[in-house]
Amino acid sequence: MPLFNDDPGSSFYDLLLSRRPDFSGVLPQGPPPAHAPGMPTASGLPSVSHGTTVLAIRFQDGVLMAGDRQATEGFQVSGRRIEKVFKADAHSTIAIAGAAGPALELARLFQIELEHYEKLEGDILSCEGKANKLAQMVRGNLPMAFQGLVVIPIFAGYDLKRREGRIFKYDVTGGRYEETDYHATGSGGKDARDTMKQMYQRGLSEAKTLRIALEALYNAAEEDVGTGGPDLIRGIYPTVMVMTEQGVRDLETSQIAEACTALIETRRERA
Amino acid sequence: MALPYYVSPEQMMADKAEYAKKGIAKGRSIIAMECAVGVLLVADNPSASLHKISEMYDRIAFSGAGKYNEFEMLRKAGIRHADLKGYTYSREDVTAKSLANAYSQSIGTIFSTDPKPLEVEILVVEVGEGDKPNEIYRISFDGSIIDERGVAAIGGKVETLMTFLKSRWTTPAITLREALRLGIDALDTVTNQKLGPEGLEVAVLERTRVGRAFRRIGPSAMKALLGSP
Repeated sequence: MPLFNDDPGSSFYDLLLSRRPDFSGVLPQGPPPAHAPGMPTASGLPSVSHGTTVLAIRFQDGVLMAGDRQATEGFQVSGRRIEKVFKADAHSTIAIAGAAGPALELARLFQIELEHYEKLEGDILSCEGKANKLAQMVRGNLPMAFQGLVVIPIFAGYDLKRREGRIFKYDVTGGRYEETDYHATGSGGKDARDTMKQMYQRGLSEAKTLRIALEALYNAAEEDVGTGGPDLIRGIYPTVMVMTEQGVRDLETSQIAEACTALIETRRERA
Repeated sequence: MALPYYVSPEQMMADKAEYAKKGIAKGRSIIAMECAVGVLLVADNPSASLHKISEMYDRIAFSGAGKYNEFEMLRKAGIRHADLKGYTYSREDVTAKSLANAYSQSIGTIFSTDPKPLEVEILVVEVGEGDKPNEIYRISFDGSIIDERGVAAIGGKVETLMTFLKSRWTTPAITLREALRLGIDALDTVTNQKLGPEGLEVAVLERTRVGRAFRRIGPSAMKALLGSP
């Protein structure tokens, strides 16, 4: 067991970088393959194209995060039960959009990062601190983003000090921006944002927020081929997590199924 | 010409051991005890923020007695070791056995090669999953490792403490409340004082918990637990 006489600090991500020089998120150099999806565009920055819709909405008791379950590979569905929303620690979650491999890796690494800090320091990072650390990790992925493997997360958490839910969005360069009301990203992100823009208001209840989230995901699934809608035959519904002062709650499938059925029923009446 | 002085290895090791033992005996004690809900850890610790007991991994806890800066260094090294291993392989591949072994190697090497041995004694405790047995490892200043059953103690007057505990602790089926009562009685007896909830640090590894099994029991929770029938 190495005893680390020069203290490497409380970050697991930095520890991993120092211990394994090969782990730097950098792919072997060389020209990216022609016509690769998300290849650098004329502006130099890669276009963000990936099949996903994940979103976060603030409400009176905190913040809600939801995501669809489909994974796409070109024009094929590669997975129907993929999870894109993860519990990061007791009071926060991370949702991912982008290339599945690096995105899932980022989510896993971020979970370990928060737990590692908590155990070493005996204290939990502040909500702001978690958001900043994630920004550094997204920036670490920039060389891979230039090769087309873009990863864009949304971070949402309940800030115990401010006693409110908070949402942070990111860009490929690790830019971190706080959203005051709601945000969605992924290929269906724009459609989801349009829906939320129409329906959002301040001081929503949890039930209403859930309805808005499911409406937004449903609309995104209708407009975007990369986003999957609720699968009634297999019983696959969006993932929904709610963060309040009590912590993160993963909503039961039965509750989400019920809300989805009600939503579809209203649409059927309208049609 | 000055002759290079010679000290026999036996003498050198005996001196080091005596030095380390003295340092550890000066410290306060920590007890680990198997009980119905899992494994209970009780430490005589008047500080509310400087911990002697801490979470290491999902089902593993660490506690150290002796010199604070030394067992704190060991604690951090252990967490780094565990998290790196869990990340590289899987969470279930991090075990108390492998951690205890790694500690034993590191502490043993320091004891035999460094001029000053570590003045620490540590416990690495793992609560079993389902019906698997619990594991309690005690690692001494010289790297020797002891696989304890039922109860274990480190720091301060260990012999007196162990005699007391072994005469009272009978079965791992005792309730959490009984175990806590016994732990406090044992610490009270060896220190010849009445330790209140504020003077104790208590944590439990709960068998039935999914994921992170480590839970601290603060002064108010402790009062509620001891007060309940």
